[in-house]
Amino acid sequence: MLAFFVRRLIYAVIAMWAVSVISFVIINLPAGDFVTTYIATQLATGNLILEDEAESLREFYGLNDPVYVQYTKWISRILRGQLGFSFEFNAPVRTVLGMNLLNTLLLGAGAVVFIWIIAIPIGIYSAVKQYSPGDYIATFFGFLGLGIPDFLIALVMAWVIFDTTGFLATDLYSAEYRTAPWSLAKAWDLLKHLVLPVVILGTAGTATLIRIMRANLLDELKKPYVTTARAKGLTEWQLIMKYPVRYALNPVISLTAYVLPFIISGSVVLSYVLDLPTIGRDFLRALTAQDIYLSGAVILFSGWLTIIGTFGSDLLLAWVDPRIRLEDD
Amino acid sequence: MVAGSQTGPQSDVEPVVGREFEDEAEVEVMSQRQLIWRRFRRHRLAMAATVIVALFYLIVIFSDFLATNDPEDIEAARQYTPPQWLRVFDGWKPDLHVCRLVGSRDEFLRKVYVSNCDQKVDVQFFARGYEYSFFGIKLDWHLFGVNDPEVTAEDAIFILGTDVQGRDLYSRLMRGTRLSLMIGLTGIFISLIVGTMLGAVSGFYGGFVDNLIQRSIEIIRSIPTVPLYLGLAAAFPADWSVERRFFAITIVVSLFAWTELARVVRGRYLAMRQEDFVTAAITAGASQRRIIFRHMLPSFYSHIIAASTLNLAFMVISETTLSFLGLGLLPPAISYGTLLFTAQNVQTVALAPWLLIPGIFVVVLVLSLNFMGDGIRDAADPYGS
Repeated sequence: MLAFFVRRLIYAVIAMWAVSVISFVIINLPAGDFVTTYIATQLATGNLILEDEAESLREFYGLNDPVYVQYTKWISRILRGQLGFSFEFNAPVRTVLGMNLLNTLLLGAGAVVFIWIIAIPIGIYSAVKQYSPGDYIATFFGFLGLGIPDFLIALVMAWVIFDTTGFLATDLYSAEYRTAPWSLAKAWDLLKHLVLPVVILGTAGTATLIRIMRANLLDELKKPYVTTARAKGLTEWQLIMKYPVRYALNPVISLTAYVLPFIISGSVVLSYVLDLPTIGRDFLRALTAQDIYLSGAVILFSGWLTIIGTFGSDLLLAWVDPRIRLEDD
Repeated sequence: MVAGSQTGPQSDVEPVVGREFEDEAEVEVMSQRQLIWRRFRRHRLAMAATVIVALFYLIVIFSDFLATNDPEDIEAARQYTPPQWLRVFDGWKPDLHVCRLVGSRDEFLRKVYVSNCDQKVDVQFFARGYEYSFFGIKLDWHLFGVNDPEVTAEDAIFILGTDVQGRDLYSRLMRGTRLSLMIGLTGIFISLIVGTMLGAVSGFYGGFVDNLIQRSIEIIRSIPTVPLYLGLAAAFPADWSVERRFFAITIVVSLFAWTELARVVRGRYLAMRQEDFVTAAITAGASQRRIIFRHMLPSFYSHIIAASTLNLAFMVISETTLSFLGLGLLPPAISYGTLLFTAQNVQTVALAPWLLIPGIFVVVLVLSLNFMGDGIRDAADPYGS
């Protein structure tokens, strides 16, 4: 177990390093360094920045250093929690990220819970009643969820709801609660607004998970121990829930981490369409304004989050299912 | 043998695989290609999907011929016209026409259109319209349209409605299909080269190189696609030409696609290395190159096709999403994404729901590619059960 843990940890650290390099490259892709861009935007608003001021900015951000030194300085600043300054929001990146962190986490967590609640029972049903009408319907919706781009699901669902009920499902707060301090009423308002985004975000992930749960369970149902249990007189329901479902659930644990990148990707698109106050929306705004420190931080952290999630679920899986550890050794 | 003989672009090319292959003896002498084709035909859904994908490619080739109006034409007097559905009958008499749309302003000064079916606009087959270039030949024939050189806005037809600038959605959709599928094809080409090469190297050399490539693939796949794609796409200057941006975006959407391909190639390669026929070829003194290209490659090219088909679906979705967010292709380029870009928010969609029609095309195409890819993958191993 220790060897397994150490190896996974090394992989995770290497992957995090690789993601940081990729983020750094993306930050540096736009032509010209960002101080030049910053000066240009300041000039446009009538703010003159003197040449020696610019030089000191360059010096501070280490733009005169060789690339690898720049990278080292950048990553060590990040690790110390200094994420840089967002020119678009005119605030430290940390503050900008913090503003909508709660909304983003609520949305993501809601989607994961939704996926579990929906996908696992449907997957079990589909496998147990293979080739039944219900199975076909589930498979069909599964494929549909896979084939429709997230933004299209969001747009169509929001439009249908708007068209039938007149409820405009945008934003996460009603106007009167947006700046209000936290109260029970505000939380309830948030909850109401969260339902639709969570359902939309969960739909795409559900499709994948149903397919995998169904396939896993179908494999398990063919095994001799199921026949044995049936021969011993267990009722079908007891039998399925007690043995094969437990086995089939194991890969699903690891898949939650696998779904994570989809949820992050989906939430960016969804926040844009429904104008949700999440980090995803800030990210898009930062991208269009070439606000590299903010966008770079989002790319970096969404990558790191996924890697940590995968690492965690690998450990969890190994702990639940010892066979996996053995295979790996 | 349920697939029947009605479908498939190749069904008349290979008459051998008709109904008579219940005869097991015949199956035994079939070539691998025939076996795969035979298995694939049984997959009815995959066959239907293949036909649909083929239709999409016909649109790619004949997009201007199928279009009725110049996709770039702006008609200020015709913004947000609802679809004028093509009517095939007038009463019981076959007569291709649309109803004339009469535009006026309502009390809020918004443009409203009333369809007046007493006044028909006649639609002819093989009508003359705007001039286009078909593989270098200048043509002005269109599959259907209004056969009048001086068409007024009132008499023009917009069978799927128009956008905010009064541009014909149907014609733009035909043109957009071309660009979106071209991005996919170019992307497939790139990922095919990179993926098969790295996959083969990975499988062939094994050891450290294999480990390195496999770990890199794992890392790439663990990064959420949308933030990464968007980050890259945002770095391209907005003043790049349409072509340059096209290639840049193609490379971005291929970034993930090659990983799947490399995995498939490596997996098949490793599985095949132990096979008897490879050992036989080695014993017979065949060169390394001959073993790979002559003996091994043919037995997994169907796997490569399957992976590529699924990749194509993924690329179409990626392009559409990027362009929808305004960071992929930019107008004046016409693709599914830039078309959906005009349907930015719920309010616009509520006003002009037909702007979502390109979305239907995307969904149908992506689903068809998925079914087709699944079918090929199932058929790819004809010796299994």
